[in-house]
Amino acid sequence: MMSLIWASIAGFFAGFIGGLGMGGGGVLVLFLTLYVGMPQLQAQGINLIFFIPVGLFALILHVRQHLIDFKAALPAILLGLLGAAVGSFLARFFGSVVISKIFAVLLACLGVWEVFAPKKAKA
Amino acid sequence: MKNIKRATFLHAAGGLVAGLLNGLLGAGGGMVIVPMLEKTDLPPTRAHATSIAIIMPLCILSAVVYMNIDSINLFDALPYLPAGIVGGLVGAKLLPHIPQRLLRRLFGLFLLYASFRMLRR
Repeated sequence: MMSLIWASIAGFFAGFIGGLGMGGGGVLVLFLTLYVGMPQLQAQGINLIFFIPVGLFALILHVRQHLIDFKAALPAILLGLLGAAVGSFLARFFGSVVISKIFAVLLACLGVWEVFAPKKAKA
Repeated sequence: MKNIKRATFLHAAGGLVAGLLNGLLGAGGGMVIVPMLEKTDLPPTRAHATSIAIIMPLCILSAVVYMNIDSINLFDALPYLPAGIVGGLVGAKLLPHIPQRLLRRLFGLFLLYASFRMLRR
């Protein structure tokens, strides 16, 4: 029961941050590796699956609010699919331990950037 | 014309990097896509929304590869989904109204803490 509550809290925050388009992905991966103790690659896989329905709901809302720029999205999706294929095979090649260290280092860079980022234009 | 070409190039390049991150780390594509979209003059709110449209198909592809190589299936994500969907909707609803700067700073602090924990493991 307790773990289900924690799972719900982690899920909510991951979805929330993701719905904001801030890469909520990291939140669930962190919960699964640091709290549940799951190997990095499995946590990443679950995170990817998790994002599909969650993102889909957010996406529908955004489409309704006419916030999506499809012309910008198309070329990004086309090359993105290539990147995703290469990336997921590389992840398997490197394995959980190496990938978790890469993940942590990128997280640190990102944290520094988010805290100290230069002023951005208002939404 | 030149500007359109430059924008398309940036979108494609951003997509490629986002896809690599998405596949390699199972997350993080949005972090590349959002600033890239803002560079081509999309306002932040539209950039955030569009980034989800881009990440979605990449996620599906990566998830399929992951399901084939690691012993995980659709049901492993189930416990997180109900709350996740609610969180996603709340986030999407609030996106146009939220003070982005403060939120990002708090999120950044959380990320620093998490990376420290991960490296020490």
